[in-house]
Amino acid sequence: MPADPLPHPGPDAPSVHERPDERTLLATRELVVDVPQRPDGAPLNLTVNPGQCWGILGPNGAGKSTLLHTLAGLRDPRAGQIEVRGRGLPAMPRAELARHLGLVFQSHHDGFPATVLETALIGRHPYLRPWDIETAEDYALARAALAEMDLSDMESRLVDTLSGGERQRLAIATVLTQNPNLLLLDEPTSQLDLHHQVAVLNRIRAIASRDRAAVLVLHDVNLAARYCDRLLLLFPDGQACWGPTPTMLVPSALERLYNQPLSVGEIDGHPVFLPRSD
Amino acid sequence: MTRSFLLAAAVLLPASVLAVLAALAWGSVHIPPADLLAVFLGEGSRLHSTLVLDLRLPRALAAFAAGGLLGLAGALMQVLLRNPLADPYVLGLSGGASVGALLAMLAGLSMVSVSAAAFAGALLSTIIVFGLAHGTGSWTPTRLLLTGVVVAAGWGAMISFILAVSPTAELPGMLYWLMGDVSHARNPYPAWGVLVLVVLLALPLGRTLNVLARGPMQAAALGVAVRPVEWGIYIAASLITATAVTQVGAVGFVGLIVPHMLRLVFGNDQRVILPASALAGGILLTLADTLARTMIAPEQLPVGVITAMLGVPVFLFLLYRSR
Repeated sequence: MPADPLPHPGPDAPSVHERPDERTLLATRELVVDVPQRPDGAPLNLTVNPGQCWGILGPNGAGKSTLLHTLAGLRDPRAGQIEVRGRGLPAMPRAELARHLGLVFQSHHDGFPATVLETALIGRHPYLRPWDIETAEDYALARAALAEMDLSDMESRLVDTLSGGERQRLAIATVLTQNPNLLLLDEPTSQLDLHHQVAVLNRIRAIASRDRAAVLVLHDVNLAARYCDRLLLLFPDGQACWGPTPTMLVPSALERLYNQPLSVGEIDGHPVFLPRSD
Repeated sequence: MTRSFLLAAAVLLPASVLAVLAALAWGSVHIPPADLLAVFLGEGSRLHSTLVLDLRLPRALAAFAAGGLLGLAGALMQVLLRNPLADPYVLGLSGGASVGALLAMLAGLSMVSVSAAAFAGALLSTIIVFGLAHGTGSWTPTRLLLTGVVVAAGWGAMISFILAVSPTAELPGMLYWLMGDVSHARNPYPAWGVLVLVVLLALPLGRTLNVLARGPMQAAALGVAVRPVEWGIYIAASLITATAVTQVGAVGFVGLIVPHMLRLVFGNDQRVILPASALAGGILLTLADTLARTMIAPEQLPVGVITAMLGVPVFLFLLYRSR
């Protein structure tokens, strides 16, 4: 921990705080994420409003996944509060939380053999009472989500026969079936081919443009620059800064983020960052 | 889901009735279907009535209830540990029950006390395994399974020790108990009560268990209160195992094989698998006990031998045929 814990990493990328209001889907107040065996990071005051698409960038081990899990209520924070729709997280029953907030994990493990359709259908679980059986409507939602992810012709395939990219699209189809207001996605495009990367991000962007929002962990700065309107940079020393994308895409901040010199260019009006080759 | 549920019910419910009827008809005296019907209408001969209603019916019902409990316990444990190899045997529950029962026999106690000691042994084993697996660190399925396997090995050594120091006259009874023996089961109704209760509790939990099978994090993200559900399954599985071994001794294979056979046929929806495991486990143990009574009559075989001899080839065949 540096002696002087700045709230933001420096003059080149100051954090922009937005005050939560009644539309806010998710807000954190002085949140310190509990990353094992690491000193406290900078407290986060994030406000995720409808229509926003947040990208979380940072090097390996910066705590990106841990932050997502904490926001989803799967881990306790070290300090601070998380509010979903204005209510503190511990007070909200888990089943209700799952109707507001869906999480796609980085890796998926499937205990017993299940089909693609059965896997997408578990997204309806938060909406069904214990004795309910999935209705035709639930099946229709699951099938529509599978169609969006190009998985329609794999409905009855067993999940363990899918490729890595197909499995990842199925996880996204499951969260689309769950249909929450806030989507948290942990590297949703890490195993996808170029076409499906763009298709998935376009879909997420379309969801986040209405009354809903998305928070994505990404490793590709250029995809984040193109699809996210807010960025959160998590530095390896625990510092953080966040704000509208243009204010965060500061080369010096990104170079410090990844500890990697970058070349900056512009293609089709979008800024492009590439590792410098010297 | 609805289709496989109805299919399972259409196959297993009539099969259950047939299995119990077969257990009533076959034995040292074979009773033809017409005479069996007469007994139920109160018109049968004295001998037939005594045989069917006083001797064979309680035994068949006890075997069915115990088999159903073991099948259900296996299905629950496999979901809990997300491991297809989990069953009450592997987790040391049956071992604890066996040590309790053998110690009671060694002390020369009555059969009622032996059953009580078996129940106590199974619960003790549950507490040891769960307490140690919980430990100081986090609770993981792998850790629970490993703890169970090692505790089971410990019970196995104690069983060998007790057998080695026991007087020769006691050994046949002990060996029969270890291999499963329905002949002492006289009152099947408490076990039936437990079976019906747990099936009714498990049915509405089925979809939650489907989600839990995808891992605790995914389940929590979909709104499952993971820890209470896991505790509930473990306690329920332990209690029903203890109830079953109290009835019929340490019968193996039912909890391991029955849920798997059903998964290969009906898919992996717990709402189908849990009740189906109860029925199929009951059918398997009822038929196995009928064979155990009749194969080398008037001598009787331990029922655990028959469940293995029936279950292993059927299981291997289904596994070989499956995708």
